[in-house]
Amino acid sequence: MSAIRASGIYMEYGDQIVLEDINIEIASGAFVSVVGPSGCGKSTFLRMVLGQERPTRGTLTLDGDPLPGEPGPDRGVVFQRYSVFPHLTVAQNVLAAYEFDASPLLGKLFGARRRAAMDKAMHLVESVGLGPHAQKYPSALSGGQQQRLAIAQALAKEPKVLLLDEPFGALDPGTRAQMHALLKPLWREHGMTVIMVTHDLKEAFSLGTRVIAFDKTRIDPQAPGRYGARITYDLDLDPRSPVPVLGFSRPLDPVTIAQEKARSVA
Amino acid sequence: MRRAMNIVPGRSARLVLAVLPFLLIAFLYVSASAERRVANPNDKLLPPVSEMVASVTRLASEPDKRSGDLLFWSDTAASLTRLGTGFAVSAALGLAFGLVIGMLPMVTAGLAPLVAVLSMIPPMAILPVLFIVFGLGELSKVVLIVIGITPFLIRDLAMTVGTIPREQMIKAQTLGASTWQTMLRVALPQTMPRLLEALRLSIGPAFLFLISAEAIAAENGLGYRIFLVRRYLAMDTILPYVAWITLLAYVFDFALAKIARAGFPWAYVQEAR
Repeated sequence: MSAIRASGIYMEYGDQIVLEDINIEIASGAFVSVVGPSGCGKSTFLRMVLGQERPTRGTLTLDGDPLPGEPGPDRGVVFQRYSVFPHLTVAQNVLAAYEFDASPLLGKLFGARRRAAMDKAMHLVESVGLGPHAQKYPSALSGGQQQRLAIAQALAKEPKVLLLDEPFGALDPGTRAQMHALLKPLWREHGMTVIMVTHDLKEAFSLGTRVIAFDKTRIDPQAPGRYGARITYDLDLDPRSPVPVLGFSRPLDPVTIAQEKARSVA
Repeated sequence: MRRAMNIVPGRSARLVLAVLPFLLIAFLYVSASAERRVANPNDKLLPPVSEMVASVTRLASEPDKRSGDLLFWSDTAASLTRLGTGFAVSAALGLAFGLVIGMLPMVTAGLAPLVAVLSMIPPMAILPVLFIVFGLGELSKVVLIVIGITPFLIRDLAMTVGTIPREQMIKAQTLGASTWQTMLRVALPQTMPRLLEALRLSIGPAFLFLISAEAIAAENGLGYRIFLVRRYLAMDTILPYVAWITLLAYVFDFALAKIARAGFPWAYVQEAR
């Protein structure tokens, strides 16, 4: 289980209020797309869940427990850039995820334990389609391949929550479509909660089971930093949800021949 | 006519252009030396190449009458031992402090200003202090080199750690890495190429401090010899020694550059393109 609840979250940098009074509950296993104009605080929200920043007011909980104020292995992340270690090969990048946990002193495994971890790492590397590139350094990979690697690396820890900060923003449309095709089955398979910040509305709606939009509801022209962004739209795209939105309708109840007959008689 | 900034030399042209200035200097020296010899057969200022070869051969192959050493080689060994020790200690200190200052904000707050101030102390100004505290032996010379280049290494490496994208540090934490593991597996390997680059830049200052210390108080060493024979205006020894020191420094620089590229190929990917 990995439900996230934010209650009364404020983020303020000095006088500037970025987010105000954010209240949201994210169900376990949801794929939430976060959209909004530049600078509205969607990445800030993501960084708060990640633990990179702490809200100035309010509480964030994961399964009822307050989120620790620093990043941890229960929350994986893929950034737009710089997500992978440039000094490690593809295989080593994923292997590192296993090594940190198993070798507290050196952060490196040797011998049989290394081979066992390497098998797991290679399995992940292959599952994101990087098998033939396992021995390359990230600088030799294309942008899409680097993001695949970053995803494989994040999945290695089997995180409860996967945070994606504009993960495909720097990719061309074709590669982006490939990444969507890669990500969705991985999400279903691992059953984790995903929060994805994106500028691409099509991506937000096609991948997400829920789309939330951040924007400022009040603007003081004399003091642009006075009011922060709130959640302005919260759309549940799950066809099974009680309130259908945007053309999604609940599937009709199964019609049996007997029912059909009864209706026609009436 | 193409712009000058767009004219790129080919492989052989590059070689010719590189060798040309050296040949020019050699030619100027030889002709000036010959000219002075014609005017004054006892001229000591610009000795001909033959005399320099003779004096180096003597120093390198005939044992010294007093000590029985081959002076050229014993001087070289003594100087390189001091230099190598100084380099090793400085690299270790620079790496350790640089990593810790670059990684831990609490240590940055506590130590970065101190290092910034210490690095401004002119090392030569405290050489007398070193002689008083550490005596006139090997230790004071090594300490001078260490004091001279370590603050630069610390600041440079701390800055290098600071330029590692924040995303990587966060990523390491989400993979379960502790502070120590992040330092060891993320920061250290990405700092190593810069350490080698910083050492390359330190070769010049290190030799400066070494030769200064040897000139003032030593019993052997390249710097000691140069300043000893200065009394006899023995340019035929001084000039080859200077050339030898220059060659050594150049070889170290070249070797460090090669080691960095062989050991950390990922850091030089941009260069190859």
